[in-house]
Amino acid sequence: MTQEFTTTELLIGVITRLLAGSRHVAVGAASPIPGSGALLARELSGGAMRVSVLGSLKNNFFTSGGVELFDLAAQGRIDAFFLGGGQIDGEANINLVGTGGYPASKVRWPGSFGSAYLYFLVPHVILFREEHTRRVMVPKVDFISAPGTSEPGIHRTGGPYAMLTPLGLFSFDRARHRFRLESVHPGRTLEEILDNTGFDFDRADKVPQTPAPDPGWIGLIRGKVREEIAETYPRYAARIAPATA
Amino acid sequence: MTGPDLTLSSLAASIPDGATLAIPPDNCGAPIAATLALIRRKARGLHLVCVPQSGLQTELLVGAGAVRTVETAAITLGEFGPAHRFADAVRSGRIRVLDATCPAIHAGLQAAEKGLPFMPLRGIIGSDLVPNRPDWKVIDNPFAPSGSGDRILALPAIAPDCALFHAPLADRHGNVFVGRKRELMLMAHASRQTFVTVEELFPGNLLDDDRAAGVIPAIYVTAVAVARHGTWPLPFLDRYPGDDAMMSRYVELSRTQEGFDRFLEELLTRQVDAA
Repeated sequence: MTQEFTTTELLIGVITRLLAGSRHVAVGAASPIPGSGALLARELSGGAMRVSVLGSLKNNFFTSGGVELFDLAAQGRIDAFFLGGGQIDGEANINLVGTGGYPASKVRWPGSFGSAYLYFLVPHVILFREEHTRRVMVPKVDFISAPGTSEPGIHRTGGPYAMLTPLGLFSFDRARHRFRLESVHPGRTLEEILDNTGFDFDRADKVPQTPAPDPGWIGLIRGKVREEIAETYPRYAARIAPATA
Repeated sequence: MTGPDLTLSSLAASIPDGATLAIPPDNCGAPIAATLALIRRKARGLHLVCVPQSGLQTELLVGAGAVRTVETAAITLGEFGPAHRFADAVRSGRIRVLDATCPAIHAGLQAAEKGLPFMPLRGIIGSDLVPNRPDWKVIDNPFAPSGSGDRILALPAIAPDCALFHAPLADRHGNVFVGRKRELMLMAHASRQTFVTVEELFPGNLLDDDRAAGVIPAIYVTAVAVARHGTWPLPFLDRYPGDDAMMSRYVELSRTQEGFDRFLEELLTRQVDAA
């Protein structure tokens, strides 16, 4: 069977479905695929959804400077946001700082960005990572940039909602502090996910396959959405197949 | 001292060694021309406050040995690749990193602009950032009903000695137009001195213009220098694109200190040629 879509397009389609019904989606640093998913979801929402792409001039309506994203989040005006992590563990703790000791980390990553704040305050945080290996999906992160869950008495209106990788889609149970495998992507297997994940997760006896993107979305992903995201991520856009005329 | 009367070298001479220096992100007016002037004068011991993150500007200053402390939410070159000089300096312990998260840096500056000792902020408690920042305090919300135990993080005021950034326009009175990039205004409000490079001079008074809401008034501005393409090789808003080939070359060469030194020499030479 030949696939009519790439893995990137599958991921964009999954993100678009996860975002359905959101009023305002924000997309942070180094996030071209989440950005594309959000812009496609906006396109399909018929104008109901707002999207703010950080680093963009055109798809960013903030007029109050860098604080505005965070002020909006604290007020509950952002429904969905994306975070990643050099390491992610089974309790959805994320590490964007580095490994091999702190502060003199042997491997140093950029830093925590806004994660330590937004993870607490955006209801639907989608963890997205393009690498699904035991190097990334670890039993315990070396440094908690942002914790997946909080003890009672800590103000928390947001947190992990889903985790998407090139292998599968997980949900997160905030009461049980555990991921649940919701679907395995076409061409991938449960065994592959088990082999590449360093922590336990829940799953049904028979895990369904991730649905393909709607055929009508592919043209948008390669056309209008690609053009929109190219403003912020030109090198990413150059790698995506453009729509054939 | 007001008005666009400074050269880049005298601007750089006004920022002393050891200063706490507030700088913007790469996509928001990172003053690379002024940064090269700081490197040229062999600035040392700077404490960078990245508002709230940085990239090439911090890489250049760290690689040139000008930095003692980096206070930041992140150091990133985005799509171009890893910030090698920063990572190397962290690994070897040559610089001290004060890891933060974006709104914590904003909150510290907001406290300073209000003359407050601290600003409370939601979230963050439970992050490993907190035990590594003894200057951050978890306190009880004094307004919570008693016994409800609402803990909240208090961030100390950040009042940098100097702010340094690039903006589109300034007038001869020392007013600086920043438009929607209001984090630059926050930096100017919070810092004791503010040094600005601009693309061009505005004929007239920016406060008499429709754009006045996006203007930092001269009361906050210590000095302005004109530096055309002052963020090159970074892009500047919608005014000019970045030099992507140069950035890719930077990431490649900066894998080693020797490669970095060669790249820096080239940048400094090209700046002299352009002057």
